[in-house]
Amino acid sequence: MTESLWTYLMVGVTFAIYIGIAIWSRAGSTKDFYVAGGGVSPLANGMATAADWMSAASFLSMAGLISFSGYIGSQYLMGWTGGYVLLALLLAPYLRKFGKFTVPDFIGERYYSQTARIVAVVCALFVSFTYVVGQMKGVGVAFARFLEVKFEVGIGIGIVIVLFYTVLGGMKGITYTQVAQYCVLIFAYLVPAIFLSLYATGNPIPQLGLGGKLTDGTWLLERLDQIHTDLGFKAYTSADVNRVDMFFVTAALMLGTAGLPHVIVRFFTVPRVKDARVSAGYALVFIALLYTTAPAISVFAKTNLITSLQGKEYENVPGWFSKWEHTGLLSFDDKNGDGKIQYYNDQNPDMSAKAESNGWSGNELTIDQDIIVLANPEISQLPAWVIALVVAGGLAAALSTAAGLLLVISTSVSHDLLKKWLKPEISEKNELWAARIAIMVAVIVGGIAGMNPPGFVAEVVAFAFGLAAASFFPAIVLGIFSKRVNKEGAIAGMICGIIFTASYILYFAVFKSGSPENYWFGISPKGIGTLGMVVNLVVTLIVSRLTPAPPQDVQEMVGLIRYPKGAGKAQEH
Amino acid sequence: MEESSLDLYWKKNLSYLTILLSIWFIVSFGCGIIFAESLNTIKLGGFKLGFWFAQQGSIYVFVLLIFVYVYLMNRLDKKFKLNED
Repeated sequence: MTESLWTYLMVGVTFAIYIGIAIWSRAGSTKDFYVAGGGVSPLANGMATAADWMSAASFLSMAGLISFSGYIGSQYLMGWTGGYVLLALLLAPYLRKFGKFTVPDFIGERYYSQTARIVAVVCALFVSFTYVVGQMKGVGVAFARFLEVKFEVGIGIGIVIVLFYTVLGGMKGITYTQVAQYCVLIFAYLVPAIFLSLYATGNPIPQLGLGGKLTDGTWLLERLDQIHTDLGFKAYTSADVNRVDMFFVTAALMLGTAGLPHVIVRFFTVPRVKDARVSAGYALVFIALLYTTAPAISVFAKTNLITSLQGKEYENVPGWFSKWEHTGLLSFDDKNGDGKIQYYNDQNPDMSAKAESNGWSGNELTIDQDIIVLANPEISQLPAWVIALVVAGGLAAALSTAAGLLLVISTSVSHDLLKKWLKPEISEKNELWAARIAIMVAVIVGGIAGMNPPGFVAEVVAFAFGLAAASFFPAIVLGIFSKRVNKEGAIAGMICGIIFTASYILYFAVFKSGSPENYWFGISPKGIGTLGMVVNLVVTLIVSRLTPAPPQDVQEMVGLIRYPKGAGKAQEH
Repeated sequence: MEESSLDLYWKKNLSYLTILLSIWFIVSFGCGIIFAESLNTIKLGGFKLGFWFAQQGSIYVFVLLIFVYVYLMNRLDKKFKLNED
């Protein structure tokens, strides 16, 4: 069978499965729709959380990102996993005991204030929407590249599929589809990695192969360090980098993970408090499977890529080279006209002597980091069905994350805005309809924005974490661990945290009004959410001390959510 | 249930949290970032130790920490008869 036939087959079969699941798990009530009836098993919830969490970016771009950043790329690996420890220990069990549907629900009741609820809804909508635009764009790119349709058509197909199972099934449909999507995406990620590891080091486990020896007896990582320094790059594993910024970025990603509404809401779907704790553990196991494999892929692929291209005649490059040249992900510019490929760091002054003696006149190869995962199976000459599998996996990753985010947006509109604020007398049936209409509007607006993302959206997606860290994380954690924190403190804290963080990001990253030399303490906009979190925390604590303590019944509620007994089923609202 | 016994449960929980989150911090921010350069002089098979903590070890420890917490809390819930059915 040919490669494109395999691709159509894999994508067709997996999509049929998702749609089948959606029909089987239709939502009958708002509780089904918002929190899957509160009856999802912790294992299934862990898997769904992992699929929800790992986006097209995790699947397609992360290994490439690490490949081209080396040690400093660890900030993403630790940042996007460490937050689950915070979730399991500081948030998930208590929010489950609280037992409502959304993050604004918690903020609104804990801080006994409609204003706090609305601030939370606005933050949730803002964070989720910027994030979903990025996912829709990812869906479009994935479809366009693999099914060879136009980018706009790709997004269109994505919209229809996502609409179908989110509108029909709500959280219930999404959860069970995500379980299937996780299986597809992890299988698709691991299979090429196992092949690569086996070829490179003879060890089938990529995590061990990464620390293994090549056939000639040298350590793989030592060889890659050597290749890097020979070409004038920093050694791959060298920790001689701006570690202050790395510290702040890692912390912002961790705190942001624990504050993202589409992640938190997943822990409302399990039946008991102890399920919420263990479910976060399962989620992290499933996530760690991909996140510990990614750095291995980065190293195998980078080594293969450089050794198979550096110094080779352009005439004799392997077939995949020209295929990816067409997509623009690889480009070759023969600057010195010798017909050979020279890849090196021409910005490094130490390389100029070597380049001159070799007759090199600048780096000739431009590599887009996304190629690391996409072209990997071909570079390593894996069978056609593996390539098709990667396609299905990438689509599963993009669709599952988009669906989870859309649900948060629709819940924010129908539950937090309509039911709890504008139209409290709305019937359950109408609320369900409102939720479905909100999803439709959100997916279509998100899709259109994904087709022509305004420059700022693309910029802001990466910063959704910083904003979540600076707004929700302190408000929720303090709300659980302190009885004294009151509505004045929480509202002031959230507003200061998000304004501080957003201004820094807008100033440095969006309007580019300042250059990196002017960063405070060398902290890049990606890491500023950590400082924003501290601002929020300090403001909340100070303002709370200066204003009256929360009412007695709120303090009692805080007392109650600390003990698991009596969580029962998710409460009716 | 008496107030004092609930307080004891909460204090116990807070002390577990302090210990586990300290480990969380030391492994990731400590071994993976702050001390990575000096740990890199130590080798663990083909890995430099700082690099291993940053790209592999810290993630394994994260998983372990959650399951240890689950175990400790389930035991604590039972001891204080706060466990759910």
